Order: sequence, then C-alpha cells, then structure tokens
Amino acid sequence: MSKHTVTIEINGSSFTREVDSRLLLVHFIREDLQMTGTHIGCDTTHCGACTVLMDGRSIKSCTLFTIQANGKSLTTIEGLESGGKLHPLQEGFHEEHGLQCGFCTPGMIMRAVELLGKNPNPTEDEIRTGISGNLCRCTGYVNIVKSVQYAAEKMKAEVA
Amino acid sequence: MIPPPFEYLSPNQLSEAISLLQKHGEDAKILAGGHSLIPAMKLRFALPEYLIDIGGIEGMDYLREEGGQLRIGAMTRESSLEDSELISKKYPLLLDTVKMIADPQVRNMATVGGNLAHGDPANDHPATMIALRASVFAEGPNGSREIRIDDFFPDFFTTALDTNEILTEIRISSPPPKSGGAYLKIERKVGDYATAAVACQLNLNTSGSIEQIGIGLTNVGPTPIRATSAENLLRGKSPSDDLIKEAGLLAAGDSDPSDDLRGSAEYKKDLLCELTQRAIRISIERSERSG
Ligand SMILES: Cc1cc2nc3c(=O)[nH]c(=O)nc-3n(C[C@H](O)[C@H](O)[C@H](O)COP(=O)(O)OP(=O)(O)OC[C@H]3O[C@@H](n4cnc5c(N)ncnc54)[C@H](O)[C@@H]3O)c2cc1C
Ligand code: FES
Ligand code: FES
Repeated sequence: MSKHTVTIEINGSSFTREVDSRLLLVHFIREDLQMTGTHIGCDTTHCGACTVLMDGRSIKSCTLFTIQANGKSLTTIEGLESGGKLHPLQEGFHEEHGLQCGFCTPGMIMRAVELLGKNPNPTEDEIRTGISGNLCRCTGYVNIVKSVQYAAEKMKAEVA
Repeated sequence: MIPPPFEYLSPNQLSEAISLLQKHGEDAKILAGGHSLIPAMKLRFALPEYLIDIGGIEGMDYLREEGGQLRIGAMTRESSLEDSELISKKYPLLLDTVKMIADPQVRNMATVGGNLAHGDPANDHPATMIALRASVFAEGPNGSREIRIDDFFPDFFTTALDTNEILTEIRISSPPPKSGGAYLKIERKVGDYATAAVACQLNLNTSGSIEQIGIGLTNVGPTPIRATSAENLLRGKSPSDDLIKEAGLLAAGDSDPSDDLRGSAEYKKDLLCELTQRAIRISIERSERSG
C-alpha cells in the first residue's frame, strides 16, 4: 500500500500529513485531525452526515480518498462560525428547532451552505430536493426546511 | 468500512495514464469520481491493486457544442450538466436524467464518463445515450477510436473498452428543430437505482410525423436496452393515442427484467409500458414547443 504526503486546506488552515492511499477523507478529518464535527452515519454514501465542502461543493467525505483532496480547500462545520458569531444556517437550526439528536445536523448545514450559495431564494420544494441526499431520523424535516428558510432570509437581509 | 489497500497513481497526462494501464493490466482500475468504485471496494466487490486517478489530468472536464455535436468530456461531473444553460435549453432528456441520478452530493463527484464506463445496467446515462444515439470515444496505446453506443454495452457489467483504454469523450448530434426528449424513472427513494426507467428522444417533421426516435430502457435486463420494436413502430408515423399505447407494449416486450427486491418482472414490464407512453407524450409536447 502506498503512503503519500498530502497538503489540504481546512477552514483556512493548511495541514500536511502522510496518509495511506486508502484512508477515507472522513477518517482523516475525524481521526488524524480530531475534528469530530463531521459525522459518519451510514458509511455507504446515503445519509449525508459526512458532508463537507471541497472547493465550495458539497461532497460525502466517506466516499473520497484523502489523497483525492490533496491541494484542495475544504470547509467543515467547525469552519462556519466566525468571530464567535454563528453562521446564519447554524442560527437558523437553533432558532427553528431544526434538530433533535443533532447527528445529521453538520451534514445538513454543510449541504445547505452550497444550496443557498447557488440559490439564495429557494422554494420549499427546492430546499427539499436540495437536501435529498441527507437523512434525518428524528425531525421529519419540517423544521429543517424552516431552518434553511430562516437562514435564506437572514442572508438576504445581510446582503441588502 | 475501510477499503482494501492499493497503490495510488496520479498521472498528469492522458498518455501517462494509458502507459500505466498497459503496465499494470487487469490489476489496475481507473478512478474517476469514485462513486461506484469506492463503494464497491468497501464491499470487496472490487479489489484493484492499482488505482489510476484521472482527476488530475487537465482538459477532460468540458461541455460544449462544436461542429453540430454536443461534446461531453469524460470527467464532466453530473452536477455540471445540471447547472448548464446549454443542457437545460437544448437537451431536456439529459437534464431530466441527471436530476434522477443519485443525490446532489453524489452528483458533485460522479462523472458522466464513469456512469457509462462502469457498465452497470442500473445506471441512468446508458439508456439516455442510447436514446440520443451517442458515440463514445476511447483512447488507448494505438490512439483514439469511436464506439457506437449500441456496441458499448456487450454484456452484464461489461463495456467495449479494452483494459488499456480510457473513455475520453461522449458525442451527441445536436438535435434538429422540433426535437424533444424525456426521462422517466421510478425509484423507491432518492438515490435508488431505477425499478424501471425510460429515455425517449424524438423529432417531428413539418407535417407533425415522428422523423427520428430513440428509446432506451434502464435496469430491465442484463444490459441497457434499445426498444427497437417500439422505435420502428413510431418512425415516420403521425403519433396517435393507439400508436403510442402499442409502442408502450412493444417497449415492455423489448425488455428482459428479472424479479428482485424492487419488484416482479411482470410489474416492471407494466411500469415500462406506462413510462414509455408518458415519455413519448412528453417528448412530443417538448418537440412542439421547441424552435
Ligand atoms: C448513493 C449512490 C447513489 C447512486 N445512484 C445512482 C443513480 O440513481 N443513477 C445512476 O446512474 N448512478 C447512480 N450512482 C452511481 C454514480 O452515478 C457513479 O458515480 C457513476 O456511475 C460512476 O461514475 P464515477 O465517476 O463515480 O466513476 P468511478 O466510480 O470512479 O468508476 C466506475 C468504473 O468505471 C471506470 N471508469 C471511470 N471512468 C473511466 C474512464 N474515463 N475510462 C475508463 N474507465 C473509467 C472505473 O475504472 C470503474 O471501474 C449512485 C452512486 C451512489 C454512491
Ligand atoms: S456517512 Fe457518508 S453518506 Fe453516510
Ligand atoms: S436530528 Fe437526529 S438525525 Fe436529524
């Protein structure tokens, strides 16, 4: 098995590490870097709990080798708040009770970051299709949709 | 699930990737988006000794019309089709298809080339490409060759690619005026493979008859299937309700589904009969509305 040196930017900091070729990105993030906000739910590319942004696009980090992220820039849930202030999506999930156990939340939020970046004015339908790769076993999604709507409003107000 | 160990190779040039394939033969696999391969490796369905990542090769990710053809680079992500204005304006069949493939995060990684090269009859692009009469371009040690989509899927999980070849491009003739297409898929949940799905692409002549037509079927046989008898029935005809119904029955007859968790063979044939009729109707409506 080959070992490789990778340099990956995560939440604005650069990390250089030696990794096995088969090391999955989610294990690199959680175990090598001890950033445990990104979760592993299914490990089979279905649940979305492991979603992070790679060069701005949401991906499932359980289905990518760390080496494939070499030279790329990642954002995880830990990178969203700035200066002690929650990201509008984090605030939205808090205000609208968008979580119960919270296991799916980091993935939901990271997915919604890309969704709102592409479509700042999503309809309920567009939000539901937009998060269709993320499973929640608790909420029934109603409050998750509201949380994303809350964030969309807030982000529009911030831009205006 | 931790995938089995392998040697990772990341060529910067297509020629280098082909040399690596020549050197390692059956022990090597191309890694594109990894969204069929990595799940298969986790389950030990695939045990490659070498992975040749073509993600770092420049110029394999593009989408453009040129010389009357749509050209799709093999490494084009599914999400790029979804976001493309060209695709949403001129290729409704491709847009319908991509929206039914997996989920948004998977589409950010999965490539169009990988969707075909995997040879999985459950994948959605094969039927689409059959309906669109696409050509696949493959590059190997002896240069590039064109493979007609009808020759690309000879058998279950098998493609016409040699072990030394890399799929580089997919070409589709730009649709003539009064063209339209549609993809209809029944899935149990988002991200599931089709219980059955139908791709249709057609164009109408000035008198409203169907001039050219392509119908492809997903996951109802060991390979993706062209519904030849349904196509033959409709070609050159003015589409009536009776004719469309007959085409649905013929498409079901062209299929070869088996019983599985998604349903019985009989149920899948019924689905195909209905989906084919709907796909034809939507394609006709879209043709009438197009320029
Ligand atoms: C949860 C989930 C749901 C999915 N749902 C669907 C669905 O509904 N419909 C659907 O169609 N697909 C679905 N897929 C499959 C997804 O679209 C795949 O990613 C795609 O089929 C393969 O593309 P890839 O780029 O990921 O290829 P990889 O996984 O990298 O490769 C697949 C195979 O093709 C070979 N290969 C890839 N590119 C080339 C090339 N250019 N030249 C030669 N060989 C090559 C590889 O060696 C490998 O054997 C799903 C996947 C997941 C994980
Ligand atoms: S852990 Fe990655 S999708 Fe579920
Ligand atoms: S809040 Fe528990 S899984 Fe979503």
